[in-house]
Amino acid sequence: MSEAPAISKPVEYIQHHLQNGSIGGKPESLVDFGVFFWDIFAVTVVLAGIFAFVSYKVGQNLDPDKPTGLQNILELIVEFVNQTVKDIFPDADQWIGPLAITIFIMVILMNTMDIVPVDLLPSLVAGVASIFGVDPHHVYFKAVPTTNLDTTFALGLMVFLLIIFYNIKSKGFVGYIMMFLTHPFAAKSLPLKIVLAPANVGMTIIEELAKPISMGLRLFGNMFAGELLFLLIALLGVGWAMPGQIALGSLWSIFHIMVIILQAYIFMLLTVIFLGLASQKLEDH
Amino acid sequence: MNVTATLFGQLIVFTVLIWFIKQYLWEPIINTLEDRKTRVAEGLAAAEEGHKFEEQAQKQVEEELGSAKAQSADLIAQAQKRASEIVEKAKADAVDEANRIKTAAEAEIAMERSRASEELRSQVSTLAISGAEKILGKEIDSSAHAKALEELAAKI
Repeated sequence: MSEAPAISKPVEYIQHHLQNGSIGGKPESLVDFGVFFWDIFAVTVVLAGIFAFVSYKVGQNLDPDKPTGLQNILELIVEFVNQTVKDIFPDADQWIGPLAITIFIMVILMNTMDIVPVDLLPSLVAGVASIFGVDPHHVYFKAVPTTNLDTTFALGLMVFLLIIFYNIKSKGFVGYIMMFLTHPFAAKSLPLKIVLAPANVGMTIIEELAKPISMGLRLFGNMFAGELLFLLIALLGVGWAMPGQIALGSLWSIFHIMVIILQAYIFMLLTVIFLGLASQKLEDH
Repeated sequence: MNVTATLFGQLIVFTVLIWFIKQYLWEPIINTLEDRKTRVAEGLAAAEEGHKFEEQAQKQVEEELGSAKAQSADLIAQAQKRASEIVEKAKADAVDEANRIKTAAEAEIAMERSRASEELRSQVSTLAISGAEKILGKEIDSSAHAKALEELAAKI
């Protein structure tokens, strides 16, 4: 039903789809903490709930001798993540593994919402809203949490805070400050050290900030681009171009599966790598 | 494309989820995997031990079999020796018995013969007397010619 105007007004269609369902109206500036996007939050909570429920079910009924069904799959993933963590970050503490697997699975789940037909969930929500007397044209719903900067930066911020935590844990607070002063340009003599310190501080701050921001933007960019392409394919509508939409949509979905898993894997891998780096002792330059 | 308060919502969701996953998925599965690993290792070790034990048992069996064979061969040799001994003894006994019987028979024969010759001798003397009586035509006093008769009998 929403396809008909979509073809006649493609810009409006896409803009409608890119707008979040929010509490507090549209965000006024780039950073606006007065706004809360309930749609992506709800989807995230539901996905987290499904993941937690399945994990709980499997975790409670572990059969050590004859693993079946979901236990096999989860064992496989846990073993894979555990091996990755062990390879990259050998003396990882007990939290790195759960962190990595949660990021891996959650990013995969959130990205997978991209495969769900772009109009399905928004139409469903609009339909439900219209039952309660809300104009369906003003109901916005964005189903993919990772096409939103909030989600990817939330993950990035989490990693950022953990990097600081592990830095201080392994190097001590003074060591952490020393890292800013003596890294990346090292010097032997004290005067040279003092001269290089401002440059070091600037470089290290950029380096540390670049880590979470690049992670967040990478995931966001990949998923947003994928979502946008699905929207463009959806513009073909249900008329004579329907076969083209089906063919292109299927092709892009198949290709996108790779992106979904790859991005989740990259995010997990970078998290472990950064935390591994943060846990190294301060080298004596 | 804005950063909003949703960020904090997501952050809380992820944090809680990480704790939950650690508690209810990660640790149980890791423990299970570790358990399985140690149990598999134990199983393999046990199998190895069993294999060794079997080999040892095999060796022992062979040893005992060998000693049993040797023992039985010994026994057989002994039995054979004993059997031949018995046979020898029986043979010797038989020979002895035969000799004894032979000696007895010989003695009996000799006795018989001497008895027969005695009888013959007595008859000869009687015969000689009666022959002489017929030749002489008269009765010979046996007591008078007893000496001559006896000499005659002894000569026969």
